[in-house]
Amino acid sequence: MRFCHITLAGWLPLLLVLPSAAAPADAAALRTEALAATCAACHGTAGAPLPQASVPGLAGLPRHYLVEQMAAFKAGRREATVMHQLAKGYSDAQIEQLAGYFAALPR
Amino acid sequence: MTHTLFSVSASRRAWLQSASLPTLARFLGGSGMAALAGCAGSQLPPARTRVLVVGGGFAGSTAAKYLRLFSGGRLDVTLVEPDAAFISCPMSNLVIGGHRQLADITRPYSTLAQRHGVRLVQDRVASIDSQRRLATLASGATIGYDKLVLAPGVELLLDTVEGLRAASADGRILQAWKAGAETLALRRQLEAMPDGGTFAITIPEAPYRCPPGPYERACQVASYFKAHKPRSKVLVLDANPDITSKGALFRQVWAEQYPGMVEYRAQHKATGVDARSLTVRFELQDDVQADVLNVLPAMRAGALAVASGLANANARWCGVDYLTFASTVAPDIHVLGDAIQVAPAMPKSGHMANGHAKVAAAAIVASLAGWDSNPEPMLTNTCYSFVDGRNVVHVASVHAYVAAEKTYKAVTGSGGLSAAPSQREGDYAWNWARTIWADTLG
Repeated sequence: MRFCHITLAGWLPLLLVLPSAAAPADAAALRTEALAATCAACHGTAGAPLPQASVPGLAGLPRHYLVEQMAAFKAGRREATVMHQLAKGYSDAQIEQLAGYFAALPR
Repeated sequence: MTHTLFSVSASRRAWLQSASLPTLARFLGGSGMAALAGCAGSQLPPARTRVLVVGGGFAGSTAAKYLRLFSGGRLDVTLVEPDAAFISCPMSNLVIGGHRQLADITRPYSTLAQRHGVRLVQDRVASIDSQRRLATLASGATIGYDKLVLAPGVELLLDTVEGLRAASADGRILQAWKAGAETLALRRQLEAMPDGGTFAITIPEAPYRCPPGPYERACQVASYFKAHKPRSKVLVLDANPDITSKGALFRQVWAEQYPGMVEYRAQHKATGVDARSLTVRFELQDDVQADVLNVLPAMRAGALAVASGLANANARWCGVDYLTFASTVAPDIHVLGDAIQVAPAMPKSGHMANGHAKVAAAAIVASLAGWDSNPEPMLTNTCYSFVDGRNVVHVASVHAYVAAEKTYKAVTGSGGLSAAPSQREGDYAWNWARTIWADTLG
């Protein structure tokens, strides 16, 4: 392979801004990422909270814990200001999908 | 190099079909162009599809970031925005109330470039040539694109209230409905007002940007008056038949926290102003004179969307296919945020705009990869209002796409309001603001 050092120099800025998330591998993965992005405005992009956040991050939480918490919000077993109202907007299948996604992310 | 996202040859063709040497040259700049000329052939890096995002509010900035994230950095994304920094409309009423500074609600755009590789152009898009897929900037430069995302926000229809355009231009009667210098100017008018004076805000007929915003502003001004000018009054003059959002909560706050100070009058549609006497005229009711007058006229989609022929709903808002946010006039142009014709129960809010952007970004990436777009997109909304410096009320909702009706509907049983204002929600509200700014820009 013939090398062209000026071209590499031209691409260097791009190499420094590698995206923080891997590209979704297929349509299903993209849909899951997009669904999870509905949580991001309050819980942080890809479930990563800001420093001193007053709501928990979601990345890396165990799948069964996430499913159980959402069920508790829905049923009124876990008290909340907003989350009990939002949890009721997601189906059980969507919650499973979200829990699997967040559980697979590093904390 | 692996192509996990676009391993199928048809998909790869879709990514490459619009690529060209000039595209890469433009992306790389002058020296890169020379290098490419000497290095043409099989060593070229895979070409990128160019997405141009116009407008750096909640919708446009989120779209730029998530187009990069969802494509694993494969899309060449340019954001054109005239302002040097992002100033948040949500929380800006706190600046008017004196509880926060403009710096607290300002964030740089530079993180979009540094962390996400978005190319930032500080300029205004003057016109769009959708045939040639070319945007012309106010500076005269042009930017070619393969996909266009328009997030132009709203235009205030100053001419719907006689005399308002001139009164606004000379700073006598402000709107402060886009956060920034005008927010500070309105604050200064309140500071200069003597105790015993009257602040009056007029509200246009729905839909308009940020339904609870005017009522929150009334609370913020009352909070300032209560502490510093306790003999003063706040008049809320609403063109609508009733408070358009969180009505019972705002009434409760006005009655309990600001008794005798805030007065609400429904069915007051402003038709004209007199800048010298600070008087506002109404369609039916008597004139009102005030010491500080904040007149919010009717709104429509941002001027570029209207000029581009995209405002096909009542000549005010842009109809979109809610699966992809593609314009119903020009399917290769995606329109986001406050500029769109909303489905019932979809507020024009920053949180919703952030959500539109993610649905559209995913749809654009799917389409370029040769995948079907998500048949079941979701949107959420949480909208907090500060009723003083610390206490907050919210309205929340979840919206699911209903294929049979081709629209979003609030999910039955979901959503709701605060029971009462609380400091706990005040903490969550500021946390929400910091987090959504970071989700949008950081």
